[in-house]
Amino acid sequence: MRRDYTIYLFAALGSFLIVYIALPLAVIFTKQASDWGMLVRTLHDPLVLEALRNSLFTATATALIALLLGVPLGYVLARREFRGKSLIQAVVDVPIVIPHSVVGIMLLVTFSSAILDSYTGIIAAMLFVSAPFTINAARDGFLAVDERLEHVARTLGASQMKAFFTVSLPMALSSILSGAIMTWARAISEVGAILIVAYYPKTAQVLVMEYFNNYGLRSSRPISVILVVMSLTIFIMLRWLVGREANA
Amino acid sequence: MLEVKSISKDWKEFRLRELSFEVKNGEYFIILGPSGAGKTLLLEVIAGIFSPDEGRIFMNGADITELAPEERGLAYIPQNYALFPHMTVYSNISYGLKIRKVPKSEIDRKIREISDILGISHLLHRKPKTLSGGEQQRVAIARALVIEPELLLLDEPFANLDIQTRGKLIGEMKRWRKELGFTALHVTHSFEEAVSLGDRVGVMLNGQLIQTGTVRDVFSRPANEEVAKFLGFENIIEGIAEGRILKANGLEIELPEEAEGRVRAGLRPEDIILSLEPIKTSARNEFKAEVDAVEELGPLVRVRLKSEGVELRAFITRSSMLEMGIEKGKEVYVSFKASALHVF
Repeated sequence: MRRDYTIYLFAALGSFLIVYIALPLAVIFTKQASDWGMLVRTLHDPLVLEALRNSLFTATATALIALLLGVPLGYVLARREFRGKSLIQAVVDVPIVIPHSVVGIMLLVTFSSAILDSYTGIIAAMLFVSAPFTINAARDGFLAVDERLEHVARTLGASQMKAFFTVSLPMALSSILSGAIMTWARAISEVGAILIVAYYPKTAQVLVMEYFNNYGLRSSRPISVILVVMSLTIFIMLRWLVGREANA
Repeated sequence: MLEVKSISKDWKEFRLRELSFEVKNGEYFIILGPSGAGKTLLLEVIAGIFSPDEGRIFMNGADITELAPEERGLAYIPQNYALFPHMTVYSNISYGLKIRKVPKSEIDRKIREISDILGISHLLHRKPKTLSGGEQQRVAIARALVIEPELLLLDEPFANLDIQTRGKLIGEMKRWRKELGFTALHVTHSFEEAVSLGDRVGVMLNGQLIQTGTVRDVFSRPANEEVAKFLGFENIIEGIAEGRILKANGLEIELPEEAEGRVRAGLRPEDIILSLEPIKTSARNEFKAEVDAVEELGPLVRVRLKSEGVELRAFITRSSMLEMGIEKGKEVYVSFKASALHVF
């Protein structure tokens, strides 16, 4: 019998990427495990704790703003055909192709002191680079909702707004939340634009860089580990919650 | 009740051309047309999902052309039923009532009542995707009827069902109509649905309503060749059935199966045998008839006959016509087997 090896070949090729992603994670954790004292000391560093708090706060605020503004936009993109729609689509995806340092410069040139070194600045930078995830996920989520369901809801007496909240939104919700989680994750991993727009108040990702520049690899490693653990824990928890919701 | 006045609409590859018709209170009106005729678009225009390019729509005399779907007082069941997949059957049915802020106990009572009639009481806690096609259809009907709409719009409600379920549900639909007394506009490509359920029929071809009338009129007197071709030249005999006998005007016709009450039976013209003398055959039905008209269609001839006020059409070959000397006013015998009849 002739065996088909294509899928095994592809799996072998693809596993390179998995290893490539997993390996540095594993290595940094193992190395840090042998340097326990430094980790504990870092966890007691008020500067570090403050920075972690800032990161969490700004990333969460960014995700919420992206939801509030991105969901309506996603709905319009999913439901209406209009002139210039492809242009709008392109604008939504622009942040993905602009280098993040350039994003910082652009924001600073445009809004200058209004966002310089403030929470607003951090959130502004994060929102710019991470909003597309929520917008696109919302659009895809709404596209997957059969428009006829809304039509039926209308004939049953629901206004357009009511049909949106009772039919379209609940059905697209898991897709939208997945997008919001991606937005949150992208926001908390943003450095380039934040460095330029708002070095202070200090966020954990900026602090990692500062410690690396001032004190070297060994000092920046523990914060990195804490940041990774924190981000991954929240990311996985949210994904799990959304996944459970979607299957319910 | 519903009055549609010269509606025109272009949308994608579909078009409606100056459609006008009326659905009367309590009536079951069927629009019959092949797929692609624009039937769904017509329903969507009436439901208010699209607005017409031209023409007006009236409900009980009031112009509703510009009203939003939720202000029109009608319920729409699309072809795939469009049940809300994230809600249970109960929540699906209660949707319209909740929006109307009907008290909870009242909602409960209404849902029990309608699900009893539709035979879906045992499904109320289930999610739509766990239901069979027939069950989904019943839920869709319950959801639409529970708000007591002035008019029910149905888009090919039986098209997605297997043949057995379809036959059963068509029968049930007649019963539900009797029990719930709703007015319906039903679009379909199925000849069988039109004959079984329709009080009146409109034949729609290429976005135009070619002919409207009672089922018997439309089937026995197609307005033109196109309609006749689409309908398949069937003879539709209408009458009162008692057991195996169908009384249609003066004729007593033997049926292949037992039936009661007002029924329609279909008979293909090629199944009718003409003879000059009564003949002894296995055919259970033989009647004297008078030739009303003869139409030559190439090698075939269509003979229109009248027997005790019942109109029949038969096909014979040209040579038989000449041999038998068939012409207008001639008396002949028509015979056909009971098994050639299809009872709707």
